[in-house]
This record gives sequence, structure tokens and C-alpha cells, in this order.
Amino acid sequence: MLIMRHELLLIVITVILLIVEIFLPNTQKHKIILPAILLMAGVTILGFFPGTPGVLFGGMYQSTQLSMMLKNILNIGVLIIFIQSADWLKQEQNKEKISEFFLLMLSTLIGMNYMISSGDFLMFYIGLELATIPAAALAAYERMKEKSAEAGVKLIFTSALSSGILLYGLSMIYGTTGTMYFADVAPLITGAPLQVLAFIFFFAGMAFKISLVPFHLWTADVYEGAPVNVASFLSVISKGAAVFIFTIILYTVFFKIAVMWSELLYGITILTITVGNLFAMRQQNLKRFLAFSSIAQAGFILLGIIGQSQVGMTTVIYFALVYIFSNLGAFGVVGIISNRTGKENINDYDGLYRTNPNLSLVMMLALFSLAGIPPLAGFFGKFFLFTAAAKQGYYILVLIALINTIISLYYYLLVIKAMLLNSSDRPIEKFKSDTYTRIGLLMCVAGMVIIGFASSIYEMVFNLSFGLY
Amino acid sequence: MSILTLFIIIPVLTIIGILFSKSHMQVKWVAVVGMGLQLLSAITLILLYLAERRAGNMAEVLFVQDNVWYETLNIHFFLGVDGVSVAMIGLTALVVFAGIFASWDIVDLPREFFTSLILLASGVFGFFISLDLFTMFLFYELAVIPMYLLIGIWGSGPRHYSAMKLTLMLMGGSAFILLGIIGIYFNSAPGGGQLTFDLIKISKLSIPLNVQLFLFPFLFIGFGVLGALFPFHTWSPDGHASAPTAVSMLHAGVLMKLGGYGCYRVAVFLLPQAAHQLGWIFLILATIGVIYGALGAVWQKDLKYINAYSSVSHCALVLFAILMFNQTAMNGAIMQMISHGIMTALFFALIGMIYGRTHTRFINEMGGLMKVMPFLGVAYVIAGLASLGLPGFSGFVAEMTIFVGSFQNVDTFHRVATIIAASSIVVTAVYVLRVVGTLLLGKIKNEDYETITDAKWYDKISVVALIFGITLIGMAPLWLSDMITGGLGPIMHKLLAASPGLN
Repeated sequence: MLIMRHELLLIVITVILLIVEIFLPNTQKHKIILPAILLMAGVTILGFFPGTPGVLFGGMYQSTQLSMMLKNILNIGVLIIFIQSADWLKQEQNKEKISEFFLLMLSTLIGMNYMISSGDFLMFYIGLELATIPAAALAAYERMKEKSAEAGVKLIFTSALSSGILLYGLSMIYGTTGTMYFADVAPLITGAPLQVLAFIFFFAGMAFKISLVPFHLWTADVYEGAPVNVASFLSVISKGAAVFIFTIILYTVFFKIAVMWSELLYGITILTITVGNLFAMRQQNLKRFLAFSSIAQAGFILLGIIGQSQVGMTTVIYFALVYIFSNLGAFGVVGIISNRTGKENINDYDGLYRTNPNLSLVMMLALFSLAGIPPLAGFFGKFFLFTAAAKQGYYILVLIALINTIISLYYYLLVIKAMLLNSSDRPIEKFKSDTYTRIGLLMCVAGMVIIGFASSIYEMVFNLSFGLY
Repeated sequence: MSILTLFIIIPVLTIIGILFSKSHMQVKWVAVVGMGLQLLSAITLILLYLAERRAGNMAEVLFVQDNVWYETLNIHFFLGVDGVSVAMIGLTALVVFAGIFASWDIVDLPREFFTSLILLASGVFGFFISLDLFTMFLFYELAVIPMYLLIGIWGSGPRHYSAMKLTLMLMGGSAFILLGIIGIYFNSAPGGGQLTFDLIKISKLSIPLNVQLFLFPFLFIGFGVLGALFPFHTWSPDGHASAPTAVSMLHAGVLMKLGGYGCYRVAVFLLPQAAHQLGWIFLILATIGVIYGALGAVWQKDLKYINAYSSVSHCALVLFAILMFNQTAMNGAIMQMISHGIMTALFFALIGMIYGRTHTRFINEMGGLMKVMPFLGVAYVIAGLASLGLPGFSGFVAEMTIFVGSFQNVDTFHRVATIIAASSIVVTAVYVLRVVGTLLLGKIKNEDYETITDAKWYDKISVVALIFGITLIGMAPLWLSDMITGGLGPIMHKLLAASPGLN
């Protein structure tokens, strides 16, 4: 009945939280954490109830079974981030601005939802901006820290630049087709030079958001400066949403020039995976490390997009789902350790298993899942991505990607080596993590273990996906 | 549900049991009970298999269980065994069982050690019983990864370096395998229709020759890395030397067999025409490996390195025999895998026990050990004699079959290769007898050794179980040989049909 259900629910809880926040005295702000998490959990669960697809605003907004599923995936991710952030938000320096964290994150999520449901480039752009600007505020959340403020400024500048480029591309599309609606634009894409230029600008704008090489330069700095939970949000949710809509637009609007963009993607994929991996190897700071690893992972996602088939889109969504759980697991551990000890370097993790075995295990599982080791979900995700690309006959590309998985395994093993193999004179002390963190990490582990075995998830995604042919 | 499911369920239950164990002792006993049950199921499986065959069941694979897993990609959870895989399962169960007892002394993090060890074992079991390329690959990687932790945490010497080198090289191999598998998958329905990962179905159709020629090197090298194909064997000496006892046993005894088995079951079986055309390249490499490994062993002074190089030589002989493409040699290849698996596990177990008592692995620093530990000494002599192929032990049966089979190829190239490879037996005798001489006989060089004790009860269980395996095959090889020959039928048929008729 309610076509815009996901967005409306999110708006409702945002307003509720705003009202609650007014009545909370400054010393009691931490009391908003539990209601915020519970409301988000409620929204996530409600999102799974079957909804009716439909179109609003004359086609600007369209809700399909696919978009509903994508929104559910994002909801789960945000819920986990909320839970994982509780420990950090309770800290002294954050206690006056706890509610802002939730409100800003919910606003970006609303923006992403509109972006995914857009049926027209204008709606897409509005959603994109709504998703981007609060994210920059979030990056600068710990504003007293120089690096955090710097991260915020960097993010807003690069976002503004990329939005500008993207908008320029959109204006050219409007200029050549006379319409902004996806359905109307699609048949008018002929591959004329101006349209190709428009596509390149659009692509560059999206590549900034997904942080594909060579548009990735902001990523590591922003992740390093931003609070860990915000960095995990940027690397997982923000990137995931951009990948979803990017795939949908490529498949529904630009399918006529698929030959052209698949060549472009071919090169970008190789660049992204290789550069991301090579830089990740050299990192000492775990946030930068995960930033470059997430760049490489984005490159792997492109393998699915380049597959152009129904299998291709399925693997993209499936891998994004797997990636959410795996990366949030890794970021969750980095986050809790950073909160409790302030340590963020790989060397600091020496001998972690002896003092904090459970956290090390979660980290190990998350890294193995990211590296694509069975029986964790990452293995299935990667395998299917390779299948999707090979289906198009891109065997060389698959081979390059496979060699890169070995490189990525090397640097993931470096962290595992620090935790399990190395010993240290001054290891990170044993500490007891709070209930929120435990629940958050357990959800990640459950996701990593279950998603691979439960083939029904894959089949569900497959049934909702579509390809070029 | 077929009996094969047990081989996955038992390890999983054992791991859960270990995780919930309270004390070190309990961890070990849970592992013993679990792997003991596994050994019993393996023996039951062998007996059931022989009974089925005697009753005239001539199906290509027995005890089939086929569940659909990923429907749209047509991935099945498809289990089934033929004579070859039954033999490999028996080998694995025996070595894992002995390995548990050989690592009775583990003090540091025993829970994690046995969990990783059994995880590795479950990967190996899964690999041997899978008939679906996807699950096969899944289990293959599952078997390789625990190695990193096992060598890295509990190893000795340059363990971090060795563990990383081994993992990356083996995973590099598995990347090649993955490409090969995906390539086969997309050519598994030449006339249109449902693509499949089903090994049996794929073996029934013929993949276009140009695709075969493209994929064969990937698959053969990919599996060859684990099977110690020269020049991709370099992980093996370092890895074995750094690994703890039980891990060396499992790795040389079982894991390296995954490589040989994969070459046989996937690369040669599914791509026979390419195997015929490109086999000569790999045959040269395998021949080099046989000689190089044996000569390398002569040069080494560290017991583990000696045995690691000897393993390279013996495993290369497996690949050598597979590439001969005839029934007798192929039979010998499988026999060699099993014989070498048990024998090398025994070697590594004994080396671990000797090292635990003398705290050195350099043969020059030891001597006269036979006087202070007669049990281990005699066991070492038995292992050595089996290794150099003395009749009565399994090594003789296997090597004899291989060389007789290889010599059936009448052309000069194969003959020369066979002669070169056969000369490795002499080199083997050199290093085995030299070690036995300096290590066990003569005067005791270090007076500290006067006081060391002989094998403990758990050492004895491990050693006796393995010696029993060697002699059983050596004395009564026919049942095993028949079982393997039965399993070789389809592949020989396929190879013959694909033969270009030149040799």
C-alpha cells in the first residue's frame, strides 16, 4: 500500500529521535542510543514485509522488488553500524552530540534510499546529494581532532567536485535527449560523441563515490581521519548504495552503449584491483589498510558489473551483501580496539590472540572472508563474481583478478600474522567489550558463516535481478 | 544419506567437541575419539566398497549422494567414490589418526592446534569424496588455509617465512585451478542447455580441443604446485622443515596427494586430448623433479629437509606415472601416492620423535641412537627400507608397477625418461642408507643421549599404525591394486579414445 514505505519509516524515526533529543538534558544524551538502535531494528524488520511495487511523482520515484531488497540490505548494514558505534558514542568527548550521529546517518540513508528508487536523473541527483553532505559532516564528527576535521573537508570538496562533474554529464544527457527519465532516456542513447562524453562524466562522478582508481585519492585520507565507525559506514554502506544504483543505471539506461562502457570498465577494473592491492600492502595504519583493501574489493565488484548478465547483477548484489558483513566485522574490531586503547597500527596487534582471543577470531574470520577463503561467505561471493566475468569470456581479466586475490591474501595474512603468530612485549591488554559491540560482531560473524551456505539468499537475489540479455 | 556424509559430519562434530572441551587432556581425547571414528568409517567404507564390487555393482561411482545447492548455477553437493578415492580416504584416515597421537606433546594452545588440524583433515576428506568441481575446489582451499596457522604458530625455524611462502604458492596454484574450473564449467554444455560442475557428466562429453589446450596447463600446474611439480616445489622443503610433526605428516602424507589426485581426476580425466598433446612438457618437468628431489636429499644434513626433498622426488614420480597414460603406470601412480603417504608420514613422525629427544635434526650431531631407543630406531630402518623400495613393503609394489608400466611405452622419449627416473632408486638408496648409518649405528656421539628414553605409548600407537599400513600393502597388494584398477576404468577408456594414435 505504502509505496514509499522504506523512506517514510526512516523519516518517521528520524523525527521521533529529533523530538526525543529535544527533551533529553545534556547530561543524559546517551539514553538515546538504545531507542535509536531499537527503532532502526524495527525499521529493518518492517522493511522485510512484502511491499507493493509502484511508481510515484510521474515516474520520478519507482519502487520495485529489487529496490526494496537493496534498501533492506542497506538497513541491515546501518543497523550493525549503530550497534557497533554504541561503545564509541558513550565516550566522554562525544557525549553532547550522540543524537547528531544517528540523525546524520539516518539522513544519508534516506538519501541513498531515494537514490536507489530513482526513476529519473533529477531524483537520482537529489538522493545522491542527500547521501553525501551529511556523510561529510559525519567524517568531521570528532571536530576537535585535526585529522577528523581534515577528513570532513576533504570529503566535502571531493564530493562537490564529483557531483559537479556528474551534474555536467547529466546536463549533456538532457541536452541530447530532452528528458531526464530513465525510461525515456534509454532508447535515445545512440552512442553519439556528446553522449559518450556525458557518460564519461557520469562515470567519473560515480567512480569518485565508489572510489575507483584513478578517482580514489581521497579515500585513504578520509578513512584515516574519520572516526572508525564513520569510515566503516563510508566504505560499506555509502559504497554499496553507489554500486547498486550505478549497476542499475548502466543496465537500464546505458545498455545500448554496453560495448563501450564494458571496455572502459575493463581497464578501470584492472587498475582498481591492482592499485588498491599494491597500496594496501604498504599500509601500517589499519584504517588506511582497510581503505585500500576496500578499493580493491570495489574493483572486484566491477567484475560482476562487466558480466552484463542477470548473473552479473546477482553477483554484484550478493557480493555487496557479503562485503557488508565481512568489512563491518573487520571495522568493528578495529573500532573497539581503537576506542579502548587508541591503537590503530598493525604492529600494535602483535600477540592480540593471547590477550583477546575472541576479537582476534572475529577479525581473522572477517579478513578470511574478505580474502575469499572457504567456507566463509566471501569465497562464494568472489567465486560467483569470477563466474559472471568469465561468462562474458573475460578470461584474462579473471586471471588478473585471481592473481590479485593472492596479493590480497598476502596482506590480509599480515594482519593475521600479527594477531596470531607474532608475540609482543606490550600486547594490547585484555579488555571486556560491551554488549553492544558483542552483538554487532556476532551479527557480522553469523552473516559471514551463513550467507555462503544458504543458497536461497543467492536464489532470491537472482530472481529479482535483471541483465542486459 | 550415504555413508560418505559421515566423513564431513564427524570432523565438524569433533571440532565442536574440541571447542567445548575444558582441559588439554579432554581436547586430545575428543580428537582421538573423533579421528578414531573417522578411521573406523574409512575401514567400513573400504569393506563396503569391496563387498559392493564383489556383488557385481559396476556403477562408475558408488555411495552417491546428490543434493542441489545453488540451483541457478547448477552447483550440487555431489558425493561419490570409486576405487581410487576409497583408497585415498583410507590413507587420509590412517595418517590423520596417527598424526593426532604424534602431536600428543603439544603444549601451546592445544585447542587451536587440534581444531586447525581437523579442519585441514576435513578439507582433505571433502576433496576426495566430492564429484562436483565447485565443492571440490571449496574443500581444496579449506585444506590449504589452516596450514598457515599450523606452521606459523606451532612451527620451528623460519616458520613465519615458510608459512607465508607455502600459503601464497599453494593459493597461487588454486587461483590457476579456479580459472580452469570456470573454463570447464562454461564449456560443459556444448550443445546448449544447463551448464554443470558435475565431474561425471563433464567426463562424458568432449570439450573442444582449443579450449582443452588453453585450460590444461592451468589445471595441471595449479594442482601440480601442491603435487610438488618442478619448478613449483620450492614451498615444500621450507614448509616441511618448519612445520610441527603432525603437520608435516599430514602435509607430505596427504595434502600433497591432493595435487596428484587433482592432476589425475580433473586435468587428465576431463581434458584427455590436451593431456596427450601437452603431456610431454610436464613429463620432462616431472622427470627432472624425480632426479632433482633425490639428489637434493643427498645433499641435505637436516633430517626434515632430507625427507622433504625425498617427498619431492616421490611425488614427482606420481605425476610422472600419471603422464604415462597407461593402465599399469596409472595404477602405480595411485599405489605410489598411498605408499608414499603412509611412508613419509611415518618418517616425519619418527623425525619429530627423535627431535623431541635429541633437540637436533642435524644428522652429523647424532649417532648410535639405536642403542638408546631401539623401538624408534627399528621403525626408522623399516621406513627407510620401504622408501628405497625393498620388496615386502609398499614402496616396492608401487615403484615396480610404475616402471613396468612406463616401460610399456615403446617410443624413445618415454623410454629415456623412464630410465632416468628409474635411476632415482639408486640415489634414494644412497641417502636412506647414509642417514640410517650415521644416525642409528656407530658410537653415541653425545653423552647427553645416554639418558634419553625410547618411544612413549602414544608414539608407539602412531608408529605401529603406520608400519601396519606399509606392510599390509607390501605383503598383500592385490586387493588394493584391483580396487584401484576398477576405478581407473573410465579414465583409461577416455584416454584411449583421445589418443592420437601415435604412441
